[in-house]
Amino acid sequence: MAKVAAKLSNKRVKRQSTWQILAAVLVYAFLYLPLVIVVVYSFNDSRLNAEWVGFTLDWYRKLFANDEMLRAAGNSLIIALVSGAVSTVLGTMAGFALHRYKIRALQILVLTPIAIPEILVGVSLLIFFVMLNLTLGMLSVTLAHIAFSMGFVAIVVRSRLSGMDESLTEAARDCGATPWQAFRRVTLPLIMPGVVAGALMAFTLSIDDFVITFFTAGANTSTLPLQIYSMLKIAVTPEVNAVSTLLMALTLLLIVIASKLSPNAFRS
Amino acid sequence: MWHGALTPVTSWLKLFMAKSAEIAAANAGRNSASGKQSLSRWLISGPPLLYLIFFFAVPTLIMAFAAFRYPGDYGGLAPLFDESGALDLTLESFTPFFSDFVYTAIFLKSFLFAVITTLVCLLMAYPLALLIARSPQKWRSLLVLLVILPFWSNFLIRIYAWIIILGPQSALTRGVNAVLDVFGFEPVALLYSAFAVIVGLVYVHLPFMVLPLYANLEKHDPALLDAAQDLGANAWQRFWRVTFPLSLPGVYAGAALVFIPALGIFAVSDLLGGTGGIMIGNVIKQQFLDSRDWPFGSVLSIMLTVAALAAAGLAALMARPRRRANG
Repeated sequence: MAKVAAKLSNKRVKRQSTWQILAAVLVYAFLYLPLVIVVVYSFNDSRLNAEWVGFTLDWYRKLFANDEMLRAAGNSLIIALVSGAVSTVLGTMAGFALHRYKIRALQILVLTPIAIPEILVGVSLLIFFVMLNLTLGMLSVTLAHIAFSMGFVAIVVRSRLSGMDESLTEAARDCGATPWQAFRRVTLPLIMPGVVAGALMAFTLSIDDFVITFFTAGANTSTLPLQIYSMLKIAVTPEVNAVSTLLMALTLLLIVIASKLSPNAFRS
Repeated sequence: MWHGALTPVTSWLKLFMAKSAEIAAANAGRNSASGKQSLSRWLISGPPLLYLIFFFAVPTLIMAFAAFRYPGDYGGLAPLFDESGALDLTLESFTPFFSDFVYTAIFLKSFLFAVITTLVCLLMAYPLALLIARSPQKWRSLLVLLVILPFWSNFLIRIYAWIIILGPQSALTRGVNAVLDVFGFEPVALLYSAFAVIVGLVYVHLPFMVLPLYANLEKHDPALLDAAQDLGANAWQRFWRVTFPLSLPGVYAGAALVFIPALGIFAVSDLLGGTGGIMIGNVIKQQFLDSRDWPFGSVLSIMLTVAALAAAGLAALMARPRRRANG
């Protein structure tokens, strides 16, 4: 039976014409070559990103001697940790509420910030913070990041919950557990991988965010993406490649951990 | 494995398509809940709901309202009430949009860029999605993962890569100009042009097109193609008259997911486009950060929102399954 199935699937593969495979390979190349170039040139012993001259770690050394860049990285880290933590708690609650109560207003409020152009979220928060007389800086950026990453956590948690066996919680309730005990001792441990995956996602989204940060950071606060942006606007040196490479490595690591923890949440 | 990255956006589209019957059913169920349940219901949903109302819904409404206020003398907004204490509102900020052709032109150009980006993404994504959908089961996750992975690298880094590739000293630019030289044409600059903006937009949004297409194509029953072949259809006919019509919901979903963000983006045109590459997002950014005419910036933001919602609504409407598609 398996053999027949394998044969059938082989037959289907053969249906793919060579041009189709070629087109797919080209698209993959289009997706990856640019990033490979960024990484490779970060080790290139030349100021120009034009051709390979020789191997060097100079750009990384310069990067770690760049105070502005380090300060920006520190800011990014603090914002990502705080907004990641808060949006994990709020997002888990939202995911739980979406799964259990089907509140339409919450559903819309969770999904819309993710779906509309980012610039609109950034601009409206800028007006809002200025009206509140809140000095733009770390706090305003953190509050903004919580608003957009909460939805991602909620979606990951909800998908974890929908894959969970409801009867487990019901059994706990039948055995005399209060709703809180049932949640704390049964539901939460079961959805924990989803919560952790959501937290890592929120952290990553925050550390990577450019557009919303751009509008809510004000003139005196910088984050890693803002620093990269100003370098791209003013003078491009392979230092940008070095910081990009490190940032890519960090993101990749976090996402791999997140997907290992919650493969289901990433499959839906 | 990594599809999750895009679920928020696709679920949003699904939200549009939700049937009113389902809402009514949910409402009926809600009313039957006991008092105790409704307390924990608000304890759990309250904090995130309040946060999103305060930091998303209210700011959005304030922005919409700001479109009707006067700009401040030193940027920002003028006081809401004038000296006599009356509400000080105006439709003035809407007039440049209708009197000054410049903004209409930029809006139209942004539309054009977003449409071209959507079409190019479709052309590039379709063969890839089809290939993944028809690969052996065990390969599919990996192939999809390979599409999503670059999406997780920083947005600015992905744009930066194209500054390198299209830059004046790059191998590509030198190659293109060498070819042009052979045919006696003047050398061209690839970077800081409309071309660079389109390339950047396509690069940033391509995964958004591949995933919904793949999700759709994966569900097709291969027996349909066998049947078409038995009835004498050639490869092209099998694609054009069977596969493609069935994949239309995926095409519409992908088009919305590419078109909407592409319309509002400003970083791509800011970094890759020259003076000719300005899009609506750049003008909004300018109004809020440089010229500081907030009411006019709000007007443009409202227009952008309306355009984005219209595109999403249109996609949802067209993606609605038709009975004919089942046959």
